Amino acid sequence: MTDSQIIELINSSLAEEFELNPDDMTPEANLYTDLELDSLDTVDMVIVLEGAFKFKIREEEAIREIRTLADIHRFVIAKKRAMESA
Amino acid sequence: MQLKRVVITGLGVVSPYGRGVDILMAGLLAGRSAVQYIPELAEVGGLRGRVAALVPAGIDPKEIPRKHRRSMSAMSVYATLASQDALNQAGLFPQDWSDGQMGICLGSTVGSTQATEAFFKDYFIDQSLERMKSTLFFQIMNHSCAANVAQTLEITGRILAPSAACSTGCQAIGYAYEMIAMGKQKMMLCGGADEFHPLTAATFDVMNAASTRFNASPTSTPRPFDCRRDGVVCAEGAGILLLEEFEAARSRGARILAEVAGFATVSDPSNIANPNSAAMERCMRKALADARLEPEAVDYVNAHATATEQGDVAEAEALARMFGRKVSVSSLKGHMGHTMAASGSIELIASLEMMRMGLLVPTLNLEEIDPACGGIRHVLAIEEHRLESFVKNNFALGGVNSSIVVRRYPHD
Repeated sequence: MTDSQIIELINSSLAEEFELNPDDMTPEANLYTDLELDSLDTVDMVIVLEGAFKFKIREEEAIREIRTLADIHRFVIAKKRAMESA
Repeated sequence: MQLKRVVITGLGVVSPYGRGVDILMAGLLAGRSAVQYIPELAEVGGLRGRVAALVPAGIDPKEIPRKHRRSMSAMSVYATLASQDALNQAGLFPQDWSDGQMGICLGSTVGSTQATEAFFKDYFIDQSLERMKSTLFFQIMNHSCAANVAQTLEITGRILAPSAACSTGCQAIGYAYEMIAMGKQKMMLCGGADEFHPLTAATFDVMNAASTRFNASPTSTPRPFDCRRDGVVCAEGAGILLLEEFEAARSRGARILAEVAGFATVSDPSNIANPNSAAMERCMRKALADARLEPEAVDYVNAHATATEQGDVAEAEALARMFGRKVSVSSLKGHMGHTMAASGSIELIASLEMMRMGLLVPTLNLEEIDPACGGIRHVLAIEEHRLESFVKNNFALGGVNSSIVVRRYPHD
């Protein structure tokens, strides 16, 4: 997958799960203050991403640092690349 | 002992006819059955009945914000929309209940079986919890409806979720009435809700208490009190009432729909499944005593009568001993099946509308009265009748009987 395909899949998966308006899903959008997700949503976000990308990320420390949509894009792209080179 | 008077000021319904009290009454008064053949039930091995009365398309869960809807199964959606409608009718806005004086008493027979099934279907693939969503528990917990409605409407008073199978809705209204009568709350949203799942139908089928002989003519069943009745038809929905302390309702200028005059609920330990006529009578007499009314003061009984062989006879015998043929009796199960936890509240709401309109709705599909149910006055066609007071019965598996007495407001 190219980076843009990964970003597209992330955005479409989150938009569907959390009924987000694509216009609000700018890279700098904060998950909590802009997209109004909460702690229950972030649990489900991990499950949605694990389902979409067929990886396990729940225990990864870096997830706790995610604040914006761009943080998710970077995290998932890095994870996919690491899996490809493993 | 009743310390404060309790009145009804708001009603909300999601029924097999759709959303709204008017739609419910239009279906009932037209004598239109909401029971349908459900093809999917043919795929369930061992299930003989293939009919049910389901909430039709057109209910939009997205009226409820996602943040609240994510923890809801269908029954909580129905309950939330019905609660909103009841508050609208009562003319109340969120600031009117922000002081903690409104509580909620709302139950279902079980948590969402649909959500439980979906979880275990996934779990049994590889016995993994990794795909379990965080909101699953909120859909399957026993107080799912009460909690979801309270969260959505920001109710800050008492929260209670009685669960007593088919008596749930009736008990919920009764307990809400007692809380207001005791002065513990000024207002209570109350009632019952349920969603259909084949397991509900199977529960009755396995006990030979579900209708199985009318799969080819679904609107001919259930047949309360009729010679050819063959059991329950399962249904779904929600019925919600707003109860208020009388003086508070009057001082805010609320339109009072009727007064809850009395309530009783009793355990019948004679058998966990079989109805007992004496225990039913005991329950109704206690409710009338609570209302300080004699049986002669009752104009109408909205029967539980689900069209089972034993239940209808036991209730008819109890009614015959108490009222003879002087009181009109009908069951609404023939129209819309058995809405389970919601049946007490939906049918009580329909009875309130009968009181308002001065009309009695007959028992649909009652064509030939079973002689064993013959000792009472059945309503066989729409009748004009001014009701001063009525009794609503519900009798549940597990030996839980409940009766509510409602009086016209104002009354002498």
